[in-house]
Amino acid sequence: MRKKILSVLLSTTMVAGILSACGSAAETPATEAPAAEAPAAEAPAAEAPAADAATEAPAADAAAEAPAADEGKVLNISAWNEEFKSRLTDHYPGYEVVDGTTGKIGDVTVNWLITPNEENAYQNRLDELLLAQDSAAADDKIDLFLVEADYAVKYTDTDYTMPIKDLGITDDELKDQYTYTQDVVTDSNGVLKGTSWQGCPGVMIYNRAIAKEVFGTDEPADIQAKFSDWDKFFESAGELDKAGYDVISSTADTFRVYQNNAKLPWVNGTQIQVDDNLKKWVEDSKKLADAGYCNTWGQWGEDWNKGFYPEGKVFAYFGPAWLIDFCMAADVDGSVAHDGGWAATEGPQGFYWGGTWICAATGTDNANLVADIMRKMTMDPEVMKDIVLKDNDFVNNRPVMEELANDPSYQNAVLGGQNPLKMFCAGADNIDMANLTAYDQGLLGDFQTAMGDYINGNYATYDEALEQFYTLALQRYPELTR
Amino acid sequence: MDKNKSTKANHNVVKFNRWGYIFLIPFFVTYIIFSLIPLFSTIYNSFFENYRSGLKQIGPNFVGGANYVNLLTTPEIWKYLGNTLLMWVGGFIPQIVIALLLAYWFSDPSLRLKGQRFFKTVIYMPNLIMASAFSMLFFALFSDSGPVNQILLSLGAIKEPFKFFQFVGASRILVMLMNFLMWFGNTTILLMAGMLGIDSSLYEAAQVDGATASQVFFKITMPILRPIFIYVLITSLIGGLQMFDVPQILTNGRGNPMDALTTVIMLLNRYLTSKDVGRGGALSVFLFIVTGILSLVVFRINSSKEKD
Repeated sequence: MRKKILSVLLSTTMVAGILSACGSAAETPATEAPAAEAPAAEAPAAEAPAADAATEAPAADAAAEAPAADEGKVLNISAWNEEFKSRLTDHYPGYEVVDGTTGKIGDVTVNWLITPNEENAYQNRLDELLLAQDSAAADDKIDLFLVEADYAVKYTDTDYTMPIKDLGITDDELKDQYTYTQDVVTDSNGVLKGTSWQGCPGVMIYNRAIAKEVFGTDEPADIQAKFSDWDKFFESAGELDKAGYDVISSTADTFRVYQNNAKLPWVNGTQIQVDDNLKKWVEDSKKLADAGYCNTWGQWGEDWNKGFYPEGKVFAYFGPAWLIDFCMAADVDGSVAHDGGWAATEGPQGFYWGGTWICAATGTDNANLVADIMRKMTMDPEVMKDIVLKDNDFVNNRPVMEELANDPSYQNAVLGGQNPLKMFCAGADNIDMANLTAYDQGLLGDFQTAMGDYINGNYATYDEALEQFYTLALQRYPELTR
Repeated sequence: MDKNKSTKANHNVVKFNRWGYIFLIPFFVTYIIFSLIPLFSTIYNSFFENYRSGLKQIGPNFVGGANYVNLLTTPEIWKYLGNTLLMWVGGFIPQIVIALLLAYWFSDPSLRLKGQRFFKTVIYMPNLIMASAFSMLFFALFSDSGPVNQILLSLGAIKEPFKFFQFVGASRILVMLMNFLMWFGNTTILLMAGMLGIDSSLYEAAQVDGATASQVFFKITMPILRPIFIYVLITSLIGGLQMFDVPQILTNGRGNPMDALTTVIMLLNRYLTSKDVGRGGALSVFLFIVTGILSLVVFRINSSKEKD
């Protein structure tokens, strides 16, 4: 009898188990079904904002002169980290902090919607918010959102992003910005759809103490001579290795340098293409890793970071101003940065890395405030100079940067008093952003994942790793071909 | 599913049974809304091309079985299914062995183990930690400059840090180890419940007949335990096929090295970048069928033995 009860119980639990199992497996796509239908339903509506924007343009102009009486009371800003928030807190006149995720400008509440970048979470949320923009209540509409160069095209090339001139901002106000920062957020019709307060030309940041020990000098010009191209870079890496130092923390560090000097965009039409310079990165990195001159771990991890401290024994990092200022543990006792132990030089090739652009979302009910934030943060020379002096950021204003580059009193404490701005200014003029596509972020991540395995010796040949890259890329983007 | 067939001989029973059905309604309503409808809409969606390119919606266009053809003709899906099964088996074997042993010890009154309550709690503990927290912990422990490498270095066991996450074998073993640690306590408790339900007179009779401990285990405990054993096996199989959180967090979704840690559900997660409902649906249906077949096979094998 007991056996019978047990078997009944068992068959029930088993069936339930299978069903609940498939239930949870199936849920993910299924729950999305309504979300997927939403954009289809919205398709006609999506054209509406374009029309709206056109009619709004004169309205925004008119409102710019009048006091902002009819503006919304909530300003929603979508971002992936605290950087812009801290810039706004420190430099925007009249910004008051309320708590961790809210602030106040006058009687407008600033609502920060911060979602981390990991696993595309930021874009997933932003996509949903923008697609629901038309049906959202005025106070829930996104007003400002932040994008990075790697995926800016995805947003600027749609009607969800508002042209800058519709906010009443004129070309004359934008003339001091670096051209490349505008190229990033210009859509395929040549319309400017965003603006940035920073420029991100990168340099090679090296450890002065190690330079003195191994090369006998820490003068940027002398070090530059030893690292002026990739062959010399490899030779000098050998010298560093003999003395027990790694030339860079990880092979991932130089990826941006090679990637920015690529001639081909990642995607041509719908076809994925891999530039020769990226292949060169793979080969050079393989050489470095096989020789034991550096490691292969991912950036931002604890292993990668350890070169920020003297016991990490890492000679150099590649990065722009924000890496020096924001990431190198300058406020931690005992770090190389804290003691001003770094110096900067151009390195083998110029490059840029990162940068944040501010875009206005179509349908914003705070157009005047949005325009004012853009003006103050990305065009006002006073505010921008203040950002350089307080935060050592490289701002997107040519006259300000050139003035400071030639100012002997400007010193960067992390770089032991060096003024790196001349180097950054020269770099910013040379950045070419013609190659951006909407797929860059996903593709360059997948490329590094696949090639990382080749560099570590898990794949025998480059071609096998390339095959894996295509596999990953096509999983991510069904519309692309190889 | 409901096997309680009411006999119409007794009116009172029918009346009481009505209450039974009423109490079942909440379950069926939630089940239909949250499981059955999504299940059918998944199958329905799997026949469409339906994804987002940037912010642009593509489809839904009816494409017939194209999603299935694409899915099953790419070699990756079989590789990921292999990864999933391998990592499940690797975690399940030590799990069931240790769990059987512990359950046997705990349920054997002649051993008079002390501190049983304490140990039962302790072995269950890992299951209380979230899988994601657990794998982040392992990631930190086994990183190149993490504590495990530090200890091995200072013991002189290795000269250079061992890069666990660069080797297919080492990283797979870590996943198996985590699955084992997280689930052996749970399995122990289930098996122990089964063992405690065995009539003690059987053991006494065996003792009188002079059976050895291993004879008692294999001739009495195991045969009676078989239904519970099948239950454990099948639930673990279903859970194993849906393995996701541990390798996902450990490899940051990349399935490194060489995609060898990528499980089937991790592939489903990758389709999220382009909100690909069609391919996601096809993959879910595929996994549903695989799970169903494997569960039936396991069930058949075990119940046919029972007849002998």
